[in-house]
Amino acid sequence: MKISTKWLSDYVNIDVEPQVLAEKIERTAVEVDEVYRLEKGLKKIVVGETLKVEKHPDSDHLRICQVNVGEDEPLQIICGAPNIAAHKKVIVALPNSRIAGNVKIKRGKMRGEVSEGMICALQEIGFVESVVPKKFVDGIYFLPEDAEPGAPVYSYLGMDEDIIDLDVTPNRADMLSMRGTAYELAAIYDKKVTLPRLEIKESKNDNIENYLEIAADSKLASTYLMRIIKNVTIGESPMWLQKRLWNAGIRPLNNVVDVTNYILMDYGQPMHSFDYGKISEKKIIVRLAQPGEVLTTIDEKERKLNSHDIVIADGKGPIALAGTMGGQATGVDNGTTTVALEAAVFNSSLVRKTARRHNLHSEASMRFERGINRATVVEALNTAAQLIADLGNGEIVSGIAEGTKEEAVPVEVSVSLDKINKVLGTSLASTDVEDIFKRLGFGVDVSNAVFNVSVPPRRWDISIAADLIEEVARIYGYDKLPATLPKGELTPGNYNHSQKMIRAARQLLEAAGLTQAISYGLTTAEKAGRFLMQPSETTQLNFPMSSDRTTARMNLVSGLLDDVAYNVARKVDDVALYEQGRVFYRKAGTVRPIEVEHIAGVMTGLFKTATWHEPKVPVDFFLTKGIVEHMLHALGITENISYIQADGHEEMHPGRTADIYVDDEFLGFVGEIHPNLCKEYHIDRTYVFELDLQKIIDMDKQVKSYIPVSKYPAITRDVAMAVDKDVKNSDIIDCIEKNSGNNLAKVELFDVYEGEHIAANLRSLAYKLTYQNKEATLLDEEVTKDFDKVIDKLKEEFNAKIR
Amino acid sequence: MGLKDKLTELKRNALEEINDAKDLKKINDIRVNLLGKKGPITEVLRGMRDLPKEERPNVGSFANKVRDELSNAISERKERIEIIKTSKRLEEEKLDVTLPGVPVKIGQPHIIMQVIDQIEKLFLGMGYQVVDGPEVEEDHYNFEMMNLPKDHPARDMQDTFYITDKFLMRTQTSPVQARTMEKHDFSKGSLKMISPGKVYRRDTDDATHSHQFHQIEGLVIDKSITMADLKGTLQLIARTVFGKEREIRLRPSYFPFTEPSVEVDVSCFKCGGDGCSVCKQTGWIEVLGAGMVHPNVLKMSGIDADIYGGFAFGLGPDRFAMLKYGVDDIREFYLNDMRFLKQFSQRG
Ligand SMILES: [Zn+2]
Repeated sequence: MKISTKWLSDYVNIDVEPQVLAEKIERTAVEVDEVYRLEKGLKKIVVGETLKVEKHPDSDHLRICQVNVGEDEPLQIICGAPNIAAHKKVIVALPNSRIAGNVKIKRGKMRGEVSEGMICALQEIGFVESVVPKKFVDGIYFLPEDAEPGAPVYSYLGMDEDIIDLDVTPNRADMLSMRGTAYELAAIYDKKVTLPRLEIKESKNDNIENYLEIAADSKLASTYLMRIIKNVTIGESPMWLQKRLWNAGIRPLNNVVDVTNYILMDYGQPMHSFDYGKISEKKIIVRLAQPGEVLTTIDEKERKLNSHDIVIADGKGPIALAGTMGGQATGVDNGTTTVALEAAVFNSSLVRKTARRHNLHSEASMRFERGINRATVVEALNTAAQLIADLGNGEIVSGIAEGTKEEAVPVEVSVSLDKINKVLGTSLASTDVEDIFKRLGFGVDVSNAVFNVSVPPRRWDISIAADLIEEVARIYGYDKLPATLPKGELTPGNYNHSQKMIRAARQLLEAAGLTQAISYGLTTAEKAGRFLMQPSETTQLNFPMSSDRTTARMNLVSGLLDDVAYNVARKVDDVALYEQGRVFYRKAGTVRPIEVEHIAGVMTGLFKTATWHEPKVPVDFFLTKGIVEHMLHALGITENISYIQADGHEEMHPGRTADIYVDDEFLGFVGEIHPNLCKEYHIDRTYVFELDLQKIIDMDKQVKSYIPVSKYPAITRDVAMAVDKDVKNSDIIDCIEKNSGNNLAKVELFDVYEGEHIAANLRSLAYKLTYQNKEATLLDEEVTKDFDKVIDKLKEEFNAKIR
Repeated sequence: MGLKDKLTELKRNALEEINDAKDLKKINDIRVNLLGKKGPITEVLRGMRDLPKEERPNVGSFANKVRDELSNAISERKERIEIIKTSKRLEEEKLDVTLPGVPVKIGQPHIIMQVIDQIEKLFLGMGYQVVDGPEVEEDHYNFEMMNLPKDHPARDMQDTFYITDKFLMRTQTSPVQARTMEKHDFSKGSLKMISPGKVYRRDTDDATHSHQFHQIEGLVIDKSITMADLKGTLQLIARTVFGKEREIRLRPSYFPFTEPSVEVDVSCFKCGGDGCSVCKQTGWIEVLGAGMVHPNVLKMSGIDADIYGGFAFGLGPDRFAMLKYGVDDIREFYLNDMRFLKQFSQRG
């Protein structure tokens, strides 16, 4: 809502700088988008009078103009505008002037002829095109004939007015009007409003009953009124009206439409004007559209209506979409003589839906959606009728045609002083509060420290005590509120188990060298469905914004691969990321997905780059697996973890992927991305893991108790053996653990060898076995006995050749 | 030549040899040769048997003196050699300490998560719970329980990704508050909570809009919570995140779930309030929205609005991070360029 402080000064006398006023509005009422004055930054732009206009000898479209700018001699200015003409008052940018966009105009030559400045279009001195009258859009502007040559143009065009552009919140629709804003500012500055009222003069010898019969459904329009103005001459509006409109951001059109728009801005009451001569059968019906009905609106679009659109119909069918746009067939044009003027209050939610459905959001529809001041519908209608009659030399037919009419009554709301102070944390006196309500123009009656407030219809946002408390708070001033902290009983602040586990997992991966990524939770159906760890249906948006974001993810790795691809495409070849977040699994036949916490990692390139001191460390399977092992152990998953060779994941390298189990519970996987998928992403070898973090959170983790450090020395034995390549380390470890007796404390793999010193089908594995007895010193012979037993078993089970 | 003369000469030669010794092995050999059982001094002492009795003590004590002197000389020389050896080693082991250290491989939290962590810690310290909730929400909790019935004009303020008419990607984390309010047993005390998490809006991604971002909403419900308490709490957030010098100001605003509702500005941390490009010359930066919980919201959750009241606030960690670190494109947060993420490694 663009507020001209000049217009405002007709209603309330506030003598402060526009910037100061804007700041006050922001602190007390609504946000301010911008404060501006169109003339700012312009220089030496004056009224000119075209004395003579001649063809340029060397150009088809240029004209040589002699222009009186109030000096002794006229200026010669070359002009290319198609509508240039002699004996017109025009906008002249003198030599060394500045026009819009800080462009400097200099004396110059155009095709050999001197040009001392420029004749301007409105757009060239800072008007937005959408407010420029249609006939001047493609040419220069003609000022009123009485404009004084040589005088600055600004006041003729209203460019000397300060404009405050308000960003009005949905609750404060009262501030979508000049009159509502005047009330608000009067309250803020403790002033009185004086609102002028135009006296209506009706033609006595003609009655509305002869013109119209209205039938309206009160559920669709709680108020529906019409007046008829006859013998109207359609023409341009006077400058005062045009200036007010374009300063409010509206393009002047003709004296009838301009008046309806003026009333829209002044009262916040949308109006529509019909050409009465085009209404069939003197009938107006406010109803819902019937299926199949169509209407061509004034923007020349044919619109298919549905049964939620409120229409205004005449004897033949729809002539307007209520509250949003009129029909082309009944619009006011230059031939109109009798105007039917509508003022109504339409059902806000239906208007909202219609505006959305037909993409017809307008100043009018916005006001219907947010609410209309019921108290001024008639006044607005009368004022509009009188203005049209005045400007178009018409006559107002006596009486108002009524479809429906809702009486505007004040709302009574009570609040106690105690409640106000209790909610705000203040110690306001009764008189302070009473004064605030009075400044707001509310009726107030105080008894037993309770305020019984009568809220006028213009503030329909106020209906409960909390609303009144807000009024008190903002007029009193938020700056004056003290700053304290909630008192009351102390409560413990702690993460719950799940939150602790999630944060621990994050920290573990960070310590292991992975940086946290946050990728998009919405992706394509294809990417959402990869790396599935359990069967699931997709969860899809019904109206996605882009084809890249249609489906809730069912894995984290896909997003991490997007991240890797993004990095690699930007020549960042070494990536180590993890992500913690939800995946969305949905069972067939259900709508709502189950959200499961996952954690995943991705690594490619070098884990560590070579330095002058150390060689590089490329990322590989075992590095990745090591990180997973470390995290699981640190999260308390220490027993019965198995890594099972998994060649069944379509997206993974079949020989380099392990499924991870704890007992029989599938936890996730670790491995290398399949080369085909790498190719799709344009990335090099990449290793990933993804785990169901929820399962880890839910698993029983035994609280570790202290194991005393043995006082007795340990004895170790090493064994290296050649076995068939297919024999797995895990099998050998199992065998050792199962066959070692009670004294085996741990077994570690310390070397793996394949190569020229061993047969091609074999590999060598070397283990260190550590024996320890917690109660006594172990004897060498005991260990040897145990060790030999294991060796025999290994030979027997794996055909191991001890090396 | 008498024994004394012999000893004197022995001593002179030995001292010369000792002082010539260059390493520990040599000095050890000298000790063994000179002072050992088969050494020359022992031999001289053995020869005392041939001396007249009265000369023996004199020669004997002279011989012992020589032995002590030599022994001392050996020790000193040995010490000297060790000092030389150490200082030679130190000289040889000199490094160019300006060569770079070995880089430590460590990852770090995402910058948005750092902001969330910081705020979570502040509120845990004040006895708040951190509560999580579903990202796929019911319209009922996301909107209706927040006093936003269907057809409410304020629904236009938030474009929503719907899955069906009933389910949607949550547009705010306040549904978590509705769910918590419904369950909370007020006979066991007040409710103090924050709900951090991801939210979604039907927006086209550009430098300042993202269809996915984060929110932290806070809620306190008790018998005597005031707007002054809200102001104090918001001031604490501003000072924790943006520095202890910060001031805040409240401006009226509109949210359906609070009344009164305010927009909160923090004094510009860049210019201190004088005006700069960060604060668009105003000295203030809008950072969050807040208000006193709307009685309808309380009633819908089964809370007696005549007895209980409270405040709520909502802030965007993405916006906080953008402001604090001067990030000018919100998409950077979700593209995960290593060069971007790695910049925020400072802790504490
Ligand atoms: Zn600043």
